[in-house]
Amino acid sequence: MSTATDTIESLVKQEYKYGFVTDVESESTPPGLSEETIRHISAKKNEPAWLTDWRIKAFRYWQTMPEPTWQFVKYPKIDFQAISYFSQPKPKGDAPKSLDEVDPKLLETYEKLGIPLRERGRLAGVAVDAIFDSVSVGTTYREDLAKKGIIFCSFSEAVHAHPDLVKKYLGSVVPYTDNYYAALNSAVFTDGSFCYIPKGVRCPMELSTYFRINAAKSGQFERTLIIADDGGQVSYLEGCTAPMRDENQLHAAVVELVALESAEIKYSTVQNWYPGDENGVGGIYNFVTKRGLCKGKNSRITWTQVETGSAITWKYPSCILLGDGSKGEFYSVAVVNNMQQADTGTKMIHIGKNTKSTIVSKGISAGRGQNSYRGLVEIRKTAANSRNFSQCDSMLIGAKCGAHTFPYIEVKNTSSSVEHEASTSKIGEDQIFYCNSRGLSTQDAVNMIVNGFCKEVFKELPMEFAVEAQKLLGVSLEGSVG
Amino acid sequence: MSKQTILEIKNLHAGVETKPILKGFSLSINAGEVHALMGLNGSGKSTLAAILAGRAGYEVTAGTVNYLGQDLLDLDPEERARAGVFLAFQYPVEIPGVNSTYFLKAALNEIRKSKGQPELDAIEFLELVKDKIKLLELKDDLLRRSVNEGFSGGEKKRNEIFQMAVLEPRLAILDETDSGLDIDALKIVAGGVNKLKRADSAQLVITHYQRLLNYIVPDFVHVMADGKIVKSGGKELALELEANGYEAILKQ
Repeated sequence: MSTATDTIESLVKQEYKYGFVTDVESESTPPGLSEETIRHISAKKNEPAWLTDWRIKAFRYWQTMPEPTWQFVKYPKIDFQAISYFSQPKPKGDAPKSLDEVDPKLLETYEKLGIPLRERGRLAGVAVDAIFDSVSVGTTYREDLAKKGIIFCSFSEAVHAHPDLVKKYLGSVVPYTDNYYAALNSAVFTDGSFCYIPKGVRCPMELSTYFRINAAKSGQFERTLIIADDGGQVSYLEGCTAPMRDENQLHAAVVELVALESAEIKYSTVQNWYPGDENGVGGIYNFVTKRGLCKGKNSRITWTQVETGSAITWKYPSCILLGDGSKGEFYSVAVVNNMQQADTGTKMIHIGKNTKSTIVSKGISAGRGQNSYRGLVEIRKTAANSRNFSQCDSMLIGAKCGAHTFPYIEVKNTSSSVEHEASTSKIGEDQIFYCNSRGLSTQDAVNMIVNGFCKEVFKELPMEFAVEAQKLLGVSLEGSVG
Repeated sequence: MSKQTILEIKNLHAGVETKPILKGFSLSINAGEVHALMGLNGSGKSTLAAILAGRAGYEVTAGTVNYLGQDLLDLDPEERARAGVFLAFQYPVEIPGVNSTYFLKAALNEIRKSKGQPELDAIEFLELVKDKIKLLELKDDLLRRSVNEGFSGGEKKRNEIFQMAVLEPRLAILDETDSGLDIDALKIVAGGVNKLKRADSAQLVITHYQRLLNYIVPDFVHVMADGKIVKSGGKELALELEANGYEAILKQ
């Protein structure tokens, strides 16, 4: 009979569109990790002594920590001595003074990725900080933003230009003692983005960081710090890709957000690191700590993430709701196909009174992928009249994948309420046949059904990103149904 | 002038795994005709509908199905749909989060593409849909809702006929569209089907009860038992069934 019978199961190779390598001479520190490596990085960046000390403290602490084992993902032991912790394109002569002086090969790379950086052709309404391996290549629209008092630059630059802000907030949300990979990052981080929104300013455009890993045998350890002062508002986007290589590469970033009184930060991620091939060879280990602090009254932090890439995704973008009446939101779509693994979710820590949090998580598993939602809702004694709503839905495509949910709920007062809804569905042969019988191909049907499933999350993404995310989802699941 | 043959089923044998369900089913349908297929539960009516639409899980062991000169069984379900075969489902499927308008527009454009016609944009599509939705007395908000999600049983069935109105098939197969409908909904559905009757297309109406045929008047009525047609006649055969029951017909 019809060939649609054999649907679900037959996996074909998917194309990873961003797998090219930029042929640029790079300057990497030899593999290895010691205090000397850290001092070398710090010296290379001409950092002040306080920061070098902070790194060293973090490194010493990291050495005392056991590697975590509770996660629901499997990977061979990482040899931290085999990683090069600093890699940058070899500078040609003096440092470029403007984006037009940046190595054309680098500009070309970003153009190929759909992120033109040159003044002509750059994205309208989106300011971009482009991170290539361990360094920032350049930041667009900075002058326009500066007119409003907004600071948007690379982390390294901020250390020199705005040391007070960096010193005050670095590690204030994610201390280096937080977890194994946060400690490692604190010791070896190389660059990242820094953003400060002054009092009462609403950022007129989307801010964005685009992360690109290019060099082989290197890791990427960047740090992002975003501060929105009283009444400030910003929407921030993060994108990432890497070449196809048959080794695994570690990406261990830290993102810290601080929202002061009535400030709002919206942080969106479309994560498309190279996921490895269909047999699970290669791909990025994406072990990231992201946390936001709603420090002021009535502040609000929203995390939206669409995770389609990486061999392993392991992260929990979280909110600490310290200010009374503050709000935390987490909207997530995590897709695993082939041999990909994900253990992701969020933590909502309610400390202030009348705080509210919303969690909407959509997990999609295809191929032999394993997808876990892990989330903590903690309502402390002080958080009177707080509320949480969580919804965790899983969708399975095929019979060899897995979906798992690990919700943790701790409520320490009696005036708060917590709601948790969860569902698991299998993408139905019935649904596919219904679409087929109306003339739609099986691939289109799957895309449509999956996009419908993720709709609640996509509507939280900035417009341009939502379209991109839908397309990305289509590519990620290509071939998951035959 | 002889009428064009839309569907020609010859000596069809088919079943699920090793269990035979259709045992020598033959039927010929010409353009402009409405055929009613009646029979007791388990006689193979819905199996026939599923096989014609290309649902997975059935095995055809003998016989042929010719649709407008093509071997229908050789086509994938979506190719059948694009060629003008439409199945109104007995149990329409819910697709959460997928907007009804978006779904139907995608379907219509696939069919148009396969005919070499230009695709309709959102505005042209809405224009087309406005008229059709009145035909089925459906509420406009249905178009903004997800496909069949949260629809009542009656709304789901009306939505099937609404889709049929938009997609304009050459061969429409209505699989027990009357089941679960109250009399008012039944009249609306039947009214819609009657208005959709065209000289160049045909309808195969599968039903368990005669009452639908009070509103959709068939040119031919076939009684099915144990996987094949045991008696064929005009619309009066349905009334005979209603009066005497299946037993009497089967004994003849």
